Amino acid sequence: MIKFFLMVNKQGQTRLSRYYEHIEIHKRTMLEAEVIKNCLSRSKDQCSFIEYKDFKLVYRQYAALFVVVGINESENEMAVYELIHNFVEVLDKYFSRVIMFNLDRVHLILDEMVLNGCIVETNPNRILAPLFVLDKVAES
Amino acid sequence: MPAPIRLRELIRTIRTARTQAEEREMIQKECAAIRSSFREEDNTYRCRNVAKLLYMHMLGYPAHFGQLECLKLIASQKFTDKRIGYLGAMLLLDERQDVHLLMTNCIKNDLNHSTQYVQGLALCTLGCMGSSEMCRDLAGEVEKLLKTSNSYLRKKAALCAVHVIRKVPELMEMFLPATKNLLNEKNHGVLHTSVVLLTEMCERSPDMLAHFRKLVPQLVRILKNLIMSGYSPEHDVSGISDPFLQVRILRLLRILGRNDDDSSEAMNDILAQVATNTETSKNVGNAILYETVLTIMDIKSESGLRVLAINILGRFLLNNDKNIRYVALTSLLKTVQTDHNAVQRHRSTIVDCLKDLDVSIKRRAMELSFALVNGNNVRGMMKELLYFLDSCEPEFKADCASGIFLAAEKYAPSKRWHIDTIMRVLTTAGSYVRDDAVPNLIQLITNSVEMHAYTVQRLYKAILGDYSQQPLVQVASWCIGEYGDLLVSGQCEEEEPVQVTEDEVLDILESVLISNMSASVTRGYALTAIMKLSTRFTCTVNRIKKVVSIYGSSIDVEIQQRAVEYNALFKKYDHMRPALLERMPVMEKVTTNGPTEIVQTNGETETAVLETKPPHSGLQTGSQANDLLDLLGGNDITPVIPTAPTSKPASAGGELLDLLGDLNLTGIPSITAYSKNGLKIDFSFERSNTNPSVTVITIQASNSTELDMTDFVFQAAVPKTFQLQLLSPSSSVIPAFNSGTITQVIKVLNPQKQQLRMRIKLTYNHKGSAMQDLAEVNNFPPQSWQ
Repeated sequence: MIKFFLMVNKQGQTRLSRYYEHIEIHKRTMLEAEVIKNCLSRSKDQCSFIEYKDFKLVYRQYAALFVVVGINESENEMAVYELIHNFVEVLDKYFSRVIMFNLDRVHLILDEMVLNGCIVETNPNRILAPLFVLDKVAES
Repeated sequence: MPAPIRLRELIRTIRTARTQAEEREMIQKECAAIRSSFREEDNTYRCRNVAKLLYMHMLGYPAHFGQLECLKLIASQKFTDKRIGYLGAMLLLDERQDVHLLMTNCIKNDLNHSTQYVQGLALCTLGCMGSSEMCRDLAGEVEKLLKTSNSYLRKKAALCAVHVIRKVPELMEMFLPATKNLLNEKNHGVLHTSVVLLTEMCERSPDMLAHFRKLVPQLVRILKNLIMSGYSPEHDVSGISDPFLQVRILRLLRILGRNDDDSSEAMNDILAQVATNTETSKNVGNAILYETVLTIMDIKSESGLRVLAINILGRFLLNNDKNIRYVALTSLLKTVQTDHNAVQRHRSTIVDCLKDLDVSIKRRAMELSFALVNGNNVRGMMKELLYFLDSCEPEFKADCASGIFLAAEKYAPSKRWHIDTIMRVLTTAGSYVRDDAVPNLIQLITNSVEMHAYTVQRLYKAILGDYSQQPLVQVASWCIGEYGDLLVSGQCEEEEPVQVTEDEVLDILESVLISNMSASVTRGYALTAIMKLSTRFTCTVNRIKKVVSIYGSSIDVEIQQRAVEYNALFKKYDHMRPALLERMPVMEKVTTNGPTEIVQTNGETETAVLETKPPHSGLQTGSQANDLLDLLGGNDITPVIPTAPTSKPASAGGELLDLLGDLNLTGIPSITAYSKNGLKIDFSFERSNTNPSVTVITIQASNSTELDMTDFVFQAAVPKTFQLQLLSPSSSVIPAFNSGTITQVIKVLNPQKQQLRMRIKLTYNHKGSAMQDLAEVNNFPPQSWQ
């Protein structure tokens, strides 16, 4: 089960955070800071899976952005690694340019892909269908 | 009032903030604007404001005033409003807030909405944060949606059902009929989520598991289609079609095939096929292979398949990609218990991984290496592991040292090798060794009688250069103390013995005592060792006497006590000194009470204690016999009353008993812990029979002044290695003139059998004023903590 989904930049600022398990708000900032510290201190040729407290972190770096996913033991780490890549591809497809100004859309995409910690849909077209509908409704 | 700014402007503005304070200021300003906008009940801009609020919440600022607004948004008819409202509900609300229950009606209506996207939103929200009440109310709706033909809704409904089952397990049966057709879908999204639903049901209930076993052929067919089918642009990821679904199906097969022969047999072919046909050049393929291997290991597969799986893992280990090596090591660790021999074949690769740069890989490799050590390869493995201990990061050293100790204990080919290995560990990672390693090692050395000379030689050489590593110094001091005579006499068959004089030995022990690097415990060991040498050495007894008397005024209470007692041994009890300081006998391998000087060598004390007990009970049975005789009608038989025991056993240990204090029936003398200003506190002790590390102290507080002491509170603190439990006192008033006492029970857990010390704090009201005092209790008798 996926516990949380984070997108962080190299300076350590959170760009996106989604938790599938309830954590207090001040604990979240501490958690994010620690997780980021762990990921940033890894070099390029080190393993992408880190063991942190009682769950595992799977992270992937795309230019200046880190995508970090926290999972528990029952999940296949490599499948989650692929999921991250899938997510980034979908984002690429929808947003032609800078992502982060449309945070609600990103949340929408994430909701289409992951529900309550489990993967729902991985096909980019099907994920983006409701978003196109939403865009059309918003324009009209 | 001007229109509130859009979300993207807000993000842009916040990004320009250069310091945390600036950012906070901006956010506070914006929050104020949002709050006044909410108060105005402005419908048009509400969704924009809530969106901004969610962004600020993500940055870590409180956003609870937006919760009701989310509800209003959900109730609105516009899709954009609903969208933000539901997102806000998922991010801001959870079960603990009362507000979420108000959502139930909205969600119910939206689940029956005409637009599928709205229904999807409602399902998503319910699936993420529905509480058990909400789930119970809405489960019927979810189940209806599970049967609909709309695949967009079906997949979401399936995951929503998973959440409902997690919250309210009793509703599982409700979803059972809907699952019948789930696997017949063509849509991969629905398939994927249905498999998740089935997995969840099988994990929760063994009946469901048995019921779903009949689905195995169908699952196998789906998997086959996925592998066999050609390129399908919809689901392709790097040449493999829908790897996510493949992985999910494999996991479900694993659960279904566990402990069941028939299902396992049905799966064998497909697993072999997946294992051989999957492309391994990309990460995707490896992900599928990893899941396949896990499945093969878990079900009752045939041995050929298992060998195939382990070979796949072996190939993973040689791969350059770190992720794959990590994954391989993890799975090997899981399988090493069952398929030990197969994993042994890859031992050399695993040992190579110890030298990898990556921390996660090193840790896995270390754990796996320990699991692989057996009688045949122990020498080679130990060499590698000791080399690893030398060069690894500090966070590993403690675990590695413990692992080496365990492995050495189980598989040591010879005692000498065992001692060598332990010494090597102590010298390389001495400060990271766990506390119980020292007594274990001491026990080991004592039990290998023929190795004493060799051991003490090596230990002496080791601390000659460097005495900063505490466990090593402790063990060395103990051994030198015990076997000093062997050291000085220079008998050692194995290596070239080192010629040591008594003075040199005392030099090193004294430098340990003086050194700032030595912990208090280590000093204690050194002092006791010096004392023991007074019987083993012949020409330096005066020097020893001098050293011992110097430390009689040491600031460290522990050392002072020891020195004073040893001094007393020299002076008053010199005739007993040889007996007391005799060589230790071979110990049994029982880990309850550690060996101590006084209890072991002076066995008379023990028997003395025991003797005083039985007569007391004998006296009681005597009086019972009397009553019985009375009942029988008073015959003229005089009952036999056993003679009262001698009040003090007159053995050679008698004078030692004086040293130890009064012996009462429980065997442990009580002490006066505190006596000041008319308040006296006595401690009496009992050792628990069930748990030898627990000491039960009963305190009695009495008051000899002429006024009562009220609101009496007793508090106690102990050093970190102990645990303390204070039970409630009998009362909080101590009556005057010693006419009554307060009793309170303290339980002390002392797993390391260290000397008991306690700091107590007393607060009470006396003569109209509040009194408070702190004291330290150090005069605990040795039997209370040994």
